[in-house]
Amino acid sequence: MTLRIAVCVKYVPDATGDRGFADDLTVDRDEVDGLLSELDEYAVEQALRISEESDDAEVTVVTVGPDDAKDALRKALSMGADKAVHVNDDDIHGTDVIGTSAILAKALEKTGFDLVLCGMASTDGTMGVLPALLAERLNLPQVTLLSEVSVEDGLVKGRRDGDAATELLEAPLPAVVSVTDQSGEARYPSFKGIMAAKKKPVEELDLDDLEIDADEVGLAGSWTLVESVAARPARTAGTIVTDEGDGGKQLAAFLSAQKFI
Amino acid sequence: MAEILVLVDHADGAVRKPALELLTLARRIGEPTAVVLGAGEAAASIAATAGEYGATTVYVADGAEFADQLVVPKVDALTQIAKDKGVAAVLVTSSGEGKEVAARVALRLGSGLITDAVELEAGENGPVATQSVFAASYQVKSAVSHGVPVITVKPNSAAPEAAPAAGTIENVTVAFTGNAAKVVSRTPRVSTGRPELTESAIVVSGGRGVGAAEGFAVVEKLADSLGAAVGASRAAVDAGWYPHSNQVGQTGKQVSPQLYIAAGISGAIQHRAGMQTSKTIVAVNKDAEAPIFDLVDYGVVGDLFEVLPQLTDEIGAR
Ligand SMILES: Cc1cc2nc3c(=O)[nH]c(=O)nc-3n(C[C@H](O)[C@H](O)[C@H](O)COP(=O)(O)OP(=O)(O)OC[C@H]3O[C@@H](n4cnc5c(N)ncnc54)[C@H](O)[C@@H]3O)c2cc1C
Ligand SMILES: Cc1cc2nc3c(=O)[nH]c(=O)nc-3n(C[C@H](O)[C@H](O)[C@H](O)COP(=O)(O)OP(=O)(O)OC[C@H]3O[C@@H](n4cnc5c(N)ncnc54)[C@H](O)[C@@H]3O)c2cc1C
Repeated sequence: MTLRIAVCVKYVPDATGDRGFADDLTVDRDEVDGLLSELDEYAVEQALRISEESDDAEVTVVTVGPDDAKDALRKALSMGADKAVHVNDDDIHGTDVIGTSAILAKALEKTGFDLVLCGMASTDGTMGVLPALLAERLNLPQVTLLSEVSVEDGLVKGRRDGDAATELLEAPLPAVVSVTDQSGEARYPSFKGIMAAKKKPVEELDLDDLEIDADEVGLAGSWTLVESVAARPARTAGTIVTDEGDGGKQLAAFLSAQKFI
Repeated sequence: MAEILVLVDHADGAVRKPALELLTLARRIGEPTAVVLGAGEAAASIAATAGEYGATTVYVADGAEFADQLVVPKVDALTQIAKDKGVAAVLVTSSGEGKEVAARVALRLGSGLITDAVELEAGENGPVATQSVFAASYQVKSAVSHGVPVITVKPNSAAPEAAPAAGTIENVTVAFTGNAAKVVSRTPRVSTGRPELTESAIVVSGGRGVGAAEGFAVVEKLADSLGAAVGASRAAVDAGWYPHSNQVGQTGKQVSPQLYIAAGISGAIQHRAGMQTSKTIVAVNKDAEAPIFDLVDYGVVGDLFEVLPQLTDEIGAR
């Protein structure tokens, strides 16, 4: 039986660009280029490794995002994923995390899966909660924030390095997994992979296809409300000294003046 | 006054400082009550501490489930208590697990969710949270517009203030829903005796400039002279010089101390995402062009192996 792995990937504004907000207080997507969230590359990598380890597996990448989010799907396909699902609808603009999880859960159910893989957090919203919300909605065990993951005999096993302890975890499939950037360096797409990606199927879905009402999502359907956005005041230029043998002493004087010592 | 339910994080039988910060913030928006889960015999003393910091009632639930299964038992308990008591908001510490617990509770309560708040105030329609986003380049104020607000708050967002309250214990029997991943084994992190990274008032971090695992000795000596926690950049962690649990940044710990000292760290955006909300920032770097100098209050262009030991000696001499 084919092991069906679905990987959730997000299209995000480039963190090295000047990220900002539009007039409706949502993320301004015109101002900077977007890309596949770097942390989701780790999820794609683990999906490919699990697929390579199993006799018969298929990796589908799934995204909820605007037209350009196709770039994120192409990147994942060029790394080696087999096919893609793109949920795209004007009414999705401004959806909060609860709404996003509803859309993704419906898309995953429609696509079919034995294992859902996610990144540990997006690089824009950085909430780190979507995988847990998917587990809740799909009524599946969550095996999240893993630095090591493997699938064997219908079980997913992993290691979670938490604040207070390292835990070894286990759950039967189907399950929702998220992996950290400690899980293993993501591969670069090869030229062959990039060429092959152009021919791989990308299925387009809108809200109607998922039987979701427009008023359940978008800004109007959000259960959170952004009231204001303000650029952080620029830091006042600090004092910078060059060490000429007494740099440590000068720093001590600064720390003392600030009452740290 | 409406109940603001606070999930009390604890370790080794003691309350963790961020929980006291949550109780302090909760008083601004209502009457704080606390939830203590899976604390065993320590529950009574944890409840007493919660009472000292303003909790009028402390709901206590115990059971092997809290340790043997991932996240879900805590979700079961918190949701049950929030529903039974008709609370006005739920506050949880922003940690990997805390955020996941909060998210699932929000969904079960039919509520909106805000994560990583750094400030909380009362607004006309419930609590207003401030988030510091895009590597701290923007401050966003938002509120939950549907259901009981569920908000996670980053450590060091408020100074804990004692405010003695009843702290009356109410034992709760939780109906567990199951369907959670099993915790097969748990290896507690060995304590270094240094303060917890996210809770410490001062953090001294080393990066690739430290050069080798042994190079961290100068960073640790400075940290110890200041009573500080030790952090590391991902480059230092990836090189195997320092444990991942000490990594500061987007995919490590997010710290917000009174004083952050970066030694041999260039200041990449992903590192800044974890430390840019520090109150005072100091850097020591031999490259005057390093981007970290754009954010510092005080910077020394120099060799960290010269500057740090001299600073440590100066502190020792005071
Ligand atoms: C700065 C900022 C702050 C925000 N704060 C809030 C808030 O407090 N409350 C709120 O409800 N919403 C908030 N949002 C909106 C929220 O980010 C989006 O709804 C988002 O799609 C889900 O949250 P996340 O990006 O933080 O994902 P995370 O929970 O960090 O994502 C974890 C993983 O889920 C998967 N994933 C996430 N989004 C998608 C997607 N669109 N398609 C496919 N896979 C995905 C990826 O595998 C990802 O690695 C915020 C957005 C921004 C930009
Ligand atoms: C998805 C993703 C997530 C990431 N998450 C994180 C994260 O959480 N945390 C993080 O830190 N990084 C993270 N990174 C990595 C980040 O991009 C940088 O690579 C990293 O922060 C660099 O670490 P560094 O500053 O120690 O090393 P470098 O950038 O190599 O800088 C070393 C600095 O040390 C200085 N130096 C050298 N020798 C000396 C000396 N003797 N005395 C004084 N100064 C000296 C040099 O001038 C240089 O500025 C992430 C990257 C990605 C792609």
